[in-house]
Amino acid sequence: MEMDLLHRFEAYIASDKKIEPKDWMPDAYRKTLIRQISQHAHSEIVGMLPEGSWISRAPSLKRKAILMAKVQDEAGHGLYLYSACETLGVQRDDTIEDLHSGKAKYSSIFNYPTLNWADIGAIGWLVDGAAIMNQVPLCKCSYGPYARAMVRVCKEESFHQRQGFQIMMTMAGGTEEQKEMAQDALNRWWWPSLMMFGPPDDDSPNSAQSMAWNIKRFTNDELRQKFVDLTVPQAELLGLTVPDPNLRWNEETGHYEIGEIDWSEFKRVISGDGPCNKERIETRRKAWDDGAWVREAAVAHSQKRADRRASTDTAAA
Amino acid sequence: MEKKNWPLWEIFIRSRQGLSHRHVGSLHAADAAMAVENARDVYTRRQEGASIWVVPASAITASSPDEKSVLFDPADDKVYRHPTFYDLPDEIKHM
Repeated sequence: MEMDLLHRFEAYIASDKKIEPKDWMPDAYRKTLIRQISQHAHSEIVGMLPEGSWISRAPSLKRKAILMAKVQDEAGHGLYLYSACETLGVQRDDTIEDLHSGKAKYSSIFNYPTLNWADIGAIGWLVDGAAIMNQVPLCKCSYGPYARAMVRVCKEESFHQRQGFQIMMTMAGGTEEQKEMAQDALNRWWWPSLMMFGPPDDDSPNSAQSMAWNIKRFTNDELRQKFVDLTVPQAELLGLTVPDPNLRWNEETGHYEIGEIDWSEFKRVISGDGPCNKERIETRRKAWDDGAWVREAAVAHSQKRADRRASTDTAAA
Repeated sequence: MEKKNWPLWEIFIRSRQGLSHRHVGSLHAADAAMAVENARDVYTRRQEGASIWVVPASAITASSPDEKSVLFDPADDKVYRHPTFYDLPDEIKHM
């Protein structure tokens, strides 16, 4: 029986069919998806924090309205993903507890601080740009609910990158001081953005299996290369310098070559020792704890209304 | 940490008048009214909706993937249910 089911699962994967929640799937596939989707959801939720701190300090009402819409989108994306994750049989509260206890990870990029308004531009342009690069292939991932959530996310995300690029354009074309701020933001966000694609292929133990399951469609290095090839000309257009002395165009391959990525920094930040790791988790925990009374009150209120309905029904009968 | 998972609701949205409601995803809410409000915020931020249905996920009865062949295979050999099964003379352009 188990063999039949495994056979069917593999046939689905081989013919590029989607796996849906009630279909049989190997435990390892389920576990991999739960890990990946929940961490993706956590990244969306924690990703609201670096930007959220600039909502009240946005330079104009228009910028403020746009930034609020973007942060609200990130909340929505987190919710689509938590829902997709729950179809695999996990409880929302457990997933969130794993984030708060430090058991579950989230994208290491959100452990860097946003020091000034130019960082909001750099995040939209580079961080959302890298996220889109990662997410577009996930629209075709083999697990139906994850793929469908990604379609929605990608549709909404493209405005995020454009608004970031527009902030960079405005600042790069502004006063000398504004241009310096834009350059400084690029200097600080460039390398962490490249790290968002994950460790290099020869040091990414789970990649091969995820590719075999059609969860992943491109390797980390392939996606990173695509991102570099697209982004370097954008930096040139802005009149900014990519902070990599070894960056060069390779005429033969038709790709940019980049310098060495500091993977020790990546490992340090992902294992908890980045500039803002503690602050991010503490903020999340505080929001959860401070919101406890709201969750309880909502349950009490709905219970009261249900009781009242029941008693009117009895009275009427 | 206290756990009080709000019930799960399946959300259906009519994107505009004239179309049927379509399943768009799910969310947690304490009751139906809150589910409608949350669905507005989560699934219709860009004018995707003209109407919202919320259904407790626990109220849905679904067919099992194991029954798939029992339920759906019988339709496989009934090609005569499709208009393309019937040959028409070339002279007849529209039917």
